[in-house]
This record gives sequence, structure tokens and C-alpha cells, in this order.
Amino acid sequence: MTDPGNTAARATPARIERPSALAFLGYGAALLVILWSFRGAGWSGERLMHAPPALADFMTRSWPPATDALGRLGLKMIETLQIAVAGAALGVVLSLPIALLAARGLIAGRAVNTAVRVMLGVMRAVPDIAWALVFVVAVGLGPFAGMLAIVVDTIGFCGRFFADDMEAADKGPAEALTATGARRLDIAASATIPASIPAFISTSLYALEKAVRSSTILGLVGAGGIGIELKVAFDLFDYPTAMTVIGMIAVVVIVVEQLGIYARKKIIGVER
Amino acid sequence: MALDSKAGARAAPVITMPDLKVEGLAKAFGAAPAIFSDVSFTVSRGEAVALVGSNGAGKSTLLRCALGLIAPSAGRIELLGAELTGLGGRDMRALRAQTGLVAQKHNLVPRLSVLSNVIHGLLGQQSGPRYWHQALAPRAAREKAMAALEKVSMADFAQRRADRLSGGQSQRVAIARALVASPRLLIADEPTASLDPAAGEEVMALFFSLVRRENVTVIFTSHNMTHALEYGDRILGLGRGRLQLDAPVADLCAAELRKIYD
Repeated sequence: MTDPGNTAARATPARIERPSALAFLGYGAALLVILWSFRGAGWSGERLMHAPPALADFMTRSWPPATDALGRLGLKMIETLQIAVAGAALGVVLSLPIALLAARGLIAGRAVNTAVRVMLGVMRAVPDIAWALVFVVAVGLGPFAGMLAIVVDTIGFCGRFFADDMEAADKGPAEALTATGARRLDIAASATIPASIPAFISTSLYALEKAVRSSTILGLVGAGGIGIELKVAFDLFDYPTAMTVIGMIAVVVIVVEQLGIYARKKIIGVER
Repeated sequence: MALDSKAGARAAPVITMPDLKVEGLAKAFGAAPAIFSDVSFTVSRGEAVALVGSNGAGKSTLLRCALGLIAPSAGRIELLGAELTGLGGRDMRALRAQTGLVAQKHNLVPRLSVLSNVIHGLLGQQSGPRYWHQALAPRAAREKAMAALEKVSMADFAQRRADRLSGGQSQRVAIARALVASPRLLIADEPTASLDPAAGEEVMALFFSLVRRENVTVIFTSHNMTHALEYGDRILGLGRGRLQLDAPVADLCAAELRKIYD
């Protein structure tokens, strides 16, 4: 029997565990992939050395930011926010029934769950700017195309996370209702969805922040919002106006993010 | 302790067709050895049966099998006169509309009001959006739920959020939800395990005074030997994967029950 007092006889565990041969090969392979990716991305130390003077030149030429077009840019920023809010709101509303179909063990069978999750995966995989191009072709230039792009992007994001939230919800209340003979849809609506509401609110606020960020660049492809002003300013080498647009985007995105943090804390008591 | 001195003691139930009949039941999860096997027993109408056994003996699993919430690996279950094997979704729901479950964790929907939670107990009999939330519920459902809350002395808390109740209050609401649809059979899985001793006593006394008044068949699990002997008409003991004991409480004492845990 081991003497409990004789601790000196025991070997002290190593601070860092020695990796297995397979793990070592894995680390080596990961490092090679990263280096290969840098090469593919055109990493150039020489060009990086020349960047600061060029950047300083841009800053000099763009300073002070233009204020003469603030009224017009302000209206475009309002349109940007309208695209984001309308797109995110519609996207969140449409996400709920889609998420109900995507969540495993809720109202639909495994085949439907898989099909809906694949569809949501496609929605997320295609970037919002690509969706904007598609909708510009479908409905023409302007903010409506941008809003539709945000709707699709939001469904891809919220649909998946709402489904995950519902799958992770406490199963106890659902089991209690199942034992009384309730139908699956009744159980989802009465127990699973209310239990998932804090997570839904958090996800929806992230979706809104994401939509605001996205909507600022959709104008680059003619889908409305302030992005078009940024493109035109750069095309015309009007760097002071470009700097004003960049500043406005930064302020709006930061303000929306802070509002999101405040709202999450206020509504569901979570700060993250 | 004499049987006739028990709080809320009742006359021996008249034996009719059993509300629950279990024959040769076994349950294994995946390739693991069976948690229990060859379990057979019956529960008569109006009977209160205590199921005892150590942690991991399979008490909760057995009760969930009995309600058709988990499929057994072998054996047959007859619930309220209907064979569960091969029962379709609609028939299963119709059967479950006569049953209820009171769980250790109370299992209320935390963000909803007490009243909404109790109205949910009617979903087995009344489906649809009007029963999802108290604000949408028909007057009759609201009144029925309030009457159930009155029975557990929680009517004053009808508008309070379920996650703002104490443990004892929460379990009272869970009992109201289980009783609101006037079930014929109730499963109570360690209903007092998460409560302090005083609240546990109070909840058990209340629960059994209500189910006895309404002649509901009850199967409950408990680690509290006093509860098993005080509130059960009969005791089933599950241990070492088998049903080790099936006897009326009159023939048992706490010392004999403790042997189940050895």
C-alpha cells in the first residue's frame, strides 16, 4: 500500500506534456499551411516598408476631413441604418420559423433538420456583398437590394444560432409538457421558445450590429447606403470626403455596438 | 408509526383494472449493460406507490419508460389500459393527456408567469396558440388555472415570473400544472429532492392531500424513507438491476427499506 506521507517518492508531473509523434506532425503541418497561405497572400516585407510613407501621404491629403457634404452624407448614413434595421428585423422574424425546422428533436424530422441546416449554411457561406450583387440584378439598384441582402445574411446567421439555442434549452419544461400529451408545436411555443428568449435577444442584437457593419459597404455594388459615397470619393481622389465617410462609419458602428452591449445587459442581464 | 395515524391516510384502494402494468421491463443505453431488467409490477387505480432505490438504480428511467417518454429495451407496458408498444403519436398523446409529471427540478418555464405555466398543463387537452400564454388563453382556461393555483395556495403569485419563486413555491406551481387537467395518473420523480426539509414536508403533505382527494394514481420516487412509508400504499424497491421489493407499507419498516440501498 502506498504510504500517504511519502510524497517525495512520487514523480512530479512534467510542466508541459510531450506531444505524441502524430500531434507533432500535426503542429508541423499546420505551420506549413500558415506559411503557404502567407505566400499565397503575397506577403512582401519590402512593400510593407513602403506602406507607412504612402499612408502618411494619404492622411496628409485627407486631413482635415470634409465638412461641406455632412448633410448629404448624414442622409446617406440614415439610409444605411434604415437598410440595416429593416433587413435585420425582417431577417430575425423569418429566422424563427426556419430555426424551428432546423432544430433537432423539436418539430421536424431529421431529414428536414438537415435540409434546412444545409440551406442556412449556403446563406452564410455566400458573403453579404455577393448577395447584394444578386439582388441588384433581381430588383435593381438601390437600398431595397441592400435590405434583401441583409435579410438573407441575417437568416443565415440567426437561423443557425436560434436553432442551436433551442437545442441547448433546458429539456425539463418540454418533458413536463410532453408527459401531459402536448403536441410538439405547442411544446416548442410554450416551453422551448420562451426558455430561449435571452439567447434570441443576444443573437438578434449581434445580427443588428453585423447588419450595420455590412450595410456600410453594400453601396460599393450599388445596393444603397453610404458605401457608394466612399467609392465615389476614392474614385475622384477626394480623400477628405473619404475620411469623413470612414469616420462616420466608425462612429456609427461603435455607437451601435455599445447600444447592443447596453441593451443586452438591460434586457437579459448579460454582458458579453 | 401506525398506518391509520398517517396524515391524509386513506382506505385501501379497490382493485380494478391496473392503471399501470409493467411486464419483464429492461432498459439499456447503447451497448452498456442494462440498468435494470425483468421488472414487473402493477399499479392499481387510486394507489400511491413509492419507488425507492439508490442513485443510478434506474428509478427515473423506469418512470419515464412507464410514460412512454423513453422506449424500453425489452418488456411491455400497459398504461391506463393501453399497450404502449406500437402506439401512434396521436393515441400516445391522448393517453398522456390523462397523465402528468412532477419532477425534482420543477421544470417550469422560467421567464413566463406562474399563470402561463399552469395553463400549459392544459395543452394535452387543448392545443393551439391560445394555450401558449395566459394573455391569449380563453376565460375558462384562466379560471381553471386559477382554481388549481388556489388549491396549492399560490393564486396570489399568478402574475409573478416563475424564476422569481422560492423552491417550495415553484414546486407548488408544478403540482398545480400537473393537476390542472385532472389527470388520472401522476408520476412524481423525487419531488422534494431540491427542497429544504421543511419545504419538502409541506410540499409532500399538500401534494398527497390533493391527489388523494381527487383519487389520482401516483407513483413517486424518494430517498426519504419516512416519505415512502408515510405517503405510499405500497413500496417498490429497485436495486442491483432488479425489482428487489414489492410490498404494502403495512408490512415494512424503515430498516427493511434501507436494505435496498446496501
